[in-house]
Amino acid sequence: MLTRLLLHLLLLLVVAPLLPGIITRTKAVISGRQGAPLLQLYRDIWKLLRKGMVLSTTTTWVFRAGPVVGLAVPILAALLLPFGAIGAPLSFSGDLILFVYLFGLARFFTVLAAMDTGSSFEGMGAAREVTFSCLAEPTIFIAFIVLARISGSLSLDGMYGALLVSGHTLHGATGITLPLTAISLFIVLLAENSRIPFDDPNTHLELTMIHEVMVLDHSGPDFAFILYGSAMKLFVMGALVVNLLLPLASQNQPADVGLFIVAMVILAIAVGLVESAMARLRLIRIPQLLVGTSLLSLFALILLLR
Amino acid sequence: MDILFVSLALLVGGGFLSLALGWSSKLSRLAGMWSGVAGGVVGLWACIDLVRAGASQTFAIPWPTAGITIALHVDTLALFFLAPIFLLTLACAVYATSYLHATTRGGQYAYHWFFFNLLAASMALVVIAANGLFFLVAWEIMALSSFFLVTYDYANEEVRRAGWLYLIATHCGTVFLFMFFLLCAGQCGSFDFVAFTALKTLPQTMTMLLFGLALIGFGTKAGLFPLHVWLPDAHPAAPSHVSALMSGVMIKTGIYGIMRMLTWLAPLPAWGGAVIFTLGIIGALFGIAMAAGQTDIKRSLAFSSVENIGIIFLGIGVSLFASAIGQPAIAVLAMTGAMLHIWNHALFKGLLFLGAGSLIHATTTRELSLMGGLLRRMPITGSLVIAGSLAICALPPLNGFVSEWFIYLGLLKMGQVSSGSIALLAMLLVVFLALVGGLVLITFSRLVGIALLGEPRCPEAASAHEAHWTMLTPMAVLMACCLLFGLYPALVLRTVSRVVDLLLPGSHLAAAVGQGEPLSSMGRLATLLLVCITTLVMLRWQRAAKVRRMPTWGCGFPLVNTRMAYTAGGYAELAQRSLLCVCLQPKVAIAPPVGLFPQASRLTMAAHDLMFSRFFQPLFRHVADRAITCRGLQAGLLHIYILYIFIATALLLGLVLLPL
Repeated sequence: MLTRLLLHLLLLLVVAPLLPGIITRTKAVISGRQGAPLLQLYRDIWKLLRKGMVLSTTTTWVFRAGPVVGLAVPILAALLLPFGAIGAPLSFSGDLILFVYLFGLARFFTVLAAMDTGSSFEGMGAAREVTFSCLAEPTIFIAFIVLARISGSLSLDGMYGALLVSGHTLHGATGITLPLTAISLFIVLLAENSRIPFDDPNTHLELTMIHEVMVLDHSGPDFAFILYGSAMKLFVMGALVVNLLLPLASQNQPADVGLFIVAMVILAIAVGLVESAMARLRLIRIPQLLVGTSLLSLFALILLLR
Repeated sequence: MDILFVSLALLVGGGFLSLALGWSSKLSRLAGMWSGVAGGVVGLWACIDLVRAGASQTFAIPWPTAGITIALHVDTLALFFLAPIFLLTLACAVYATSYLHATTRGGQYAYHWFFFNLLAASMALVVIAANGLFFLVAWEIMALSSFFLVTYDYANEEVRRAGWLYLIATHCGTVFLFMFFLLCAGQCGSFDFVAFTALKTLPQTMTMLLFGLALIGFGTKAGLFPLHVWLPDAHPAAPSHVSALMSGVMIKTGIYGIMRMLTWLAPLPAWGGAVIFTLGIIGALFGIAMAAGQTDIKRSLAFSSVENIGIIFLGIGVSLFASAIGQPAIAVLAMTGAMLHIWNHALFKGLLFLGAGSLIHATTTRELSLMGGLLRRMPITGSLVIAGSLAICALPPLNGFVSEWFIYLGLLKMGQVSSGSIALLAMLLVVFLALVGGLVLITFSRLVGIALLGEPRCPEAASAHEAHWTMLTPMAVLMACCLLFGLYPALVLRTVSRVVDLLLPGSHLAAAVGQGEPLSSMGRLATLLLVCITTLVMLRWQRAAKVRRMPTWGCGFPLVNTRMAYTAGGYAELAQRSLLCVCLQPKVAIAPPVGLFPQASRLTMAAHDLMFSRFFQPLFRHVADRAITCRGLQAGLLHIYILYIFIATALLLGLVLLPL
């Protein structure tokens, strides 16, 4: 139990900041640039942690709470989720609801921290964040229902664990359902982590930004928390997809860990490829894509029920 | 039981004393306030005492002249509703002392406290009444006293209109209740609730008729969609502590009525449950979508009450549906969620209405877009409102999450074990509930973000001061309950599971729910979350780097002013226009910028209640148009009226004498 917990935390805390680096590097390689070092985010976080910060005279404790909650939530959510064949340290029937609502908590505080600055620019980002996530949330629930129905369990650990145990026997029964679910989860991953085609994490100052404008006024250690938190969120959401696509378990724990890290790296490269191949969507198209994703996952569900 | 009588006597006696002392506003205020507080405290004590005593207790005095039995009956269901009634009465009475101080003209204290105490006592009587006629009397006192409390500020035209609408709506509902109780009594031969057990043997058509009557009658009071139309007008019109009391517990008496009715009738067929959860989920979606579009803080909260009532009905409906199709485990989960949500909503909606009252008190406006920057000026009130918003958004580690978790779990289990269309139905409900969750987040992040954060948008907001401690304490107590129930749900679940056992007889699964392993894990995780956050805060504290204070960056624009901050309308615009435009049809007036050097441009949006303007208003206008033809009967001549009396007597005589 304790070793599991430590292993989980270690994986999350150490590997998470690698993913954004891999995405950036993939994009750079595709566009023929050299790109930033893979470990750039680690350096950024370290540097920011030692810096001073500027606080707006308008802000209150809410502004400082946003980054802290944003960092605490992915850590807790990760404890509910298995990483590949490594089981979740904490698990109970119905923890998938807690998983979704924990991210709601982080969103609430991030949005409030943005509103706290009183800047209209950040208000704009906050309004978009809550509106779009309101559409992304049902998709996650449908994906979880599909898994719950296939596995007969209502905990994340049980749901993904059942895929590991009976991966091949499920093959015929579920058919196209699992791939469709994986695709919709991947799209939600892009939306929730503000990646292209929903949002572009590299441009802070455009009117179409969502997540990046909300953290515009944060600096120093607070900003380090935000960067670290969003890297961990990417890692946790990525694990949702990876667990689904690669239900492989060796009996050897180090091999499992290695396998999971490799899978996450591949996922990051895939995100990088998507970002290189696509442009950002127009803002009014985003709700349509998200509703489409919900419908896709609902379709997967209907196929399962038939 | 005796202690309960003391509490009721304190409330009623104090109310009349306050009225009698009306010549001195100071004395009547003291009398009203202290009797309200004492009534609340003694009432809570009575609740604890009755829980300890365990078995249900009864009390009856027949009053043959009036044809009524004053019968009272305290069982687990009644106790479950009594506790929040006394808690909120206490909280609101304490809050009202300084809240009313600034706004009341001389002589009005007496009326206010009279009706306030009467409302508290009548709500308690409604849930412990054990006789149909006595119940209706208590119900009517409750409706009238709350009407007078809503129209407290009667000099205001808008308030009179809201009060009028409430009075009509509540009486339309009561008509159905009269029919319901008359039919029940006709079938059982007595108005006593004890005799109503005979209803279990009725044929199914009769059962469904009674169910329909009760659903309309009690649903009107509860604010069940589409009968909620009075609610969004009445709550903003009433003083804030009255809104808290009404929204927190008075509308719950409607739910109590439906619960009580369910214990009398034979188990409903599956479609009865389906009707309830369909209305519930539509009400939840409609209510919260409307709440997201309101710029009046109390109107937004009132619509959110419609949403929460919808969630409670969703849980009840799913539970009835599941027990009808033979899934008792799911029925218990959904019912537990619904019952828990009744308490939770009383706590956090009470907190939010009181908080909104403090904000309105400080800024003298209800308009969200005129507030702003209040958290820095009223740190305690602001933080309490933020905590209430967290709870109502069902975010862990507060109590709202626990009740919604049970409802979700019931639905997920139903989607998991049942087959085909029922599974799909359950899953669609999950999706809609998730959508409701997202919209709640929009509504309350907007409420907090616009009203409390940023810069003040009007001079009153800029000069706002922290509320008096008598206003803060009740809110703090409610907040503490929210946190406690969120961290240790097992505390309340024992009580809840007893009620669930009463409502779903024969399942005996309810007790298991309260002690389940998931709950303790959830509580542990919620605690872990708090620990994790505290650790991170401490870590950051230790590394405290140099902090400089600067104004917010204005995106390169040097002349930033507060008029440029995001407004309530702007915040919800995206959601309203891109997601909800079709079903809500908000009125949008837009004057876009034109020309090379654009002058002033404006955008106004208003979300009106479509049910009211498209359905009820035309309906009532139609009825009024038809009814006008009957005016000829009212000739105003005495001999015509005597003729009417004569005709009526003759007809009755004929009816009696003729052997029909």
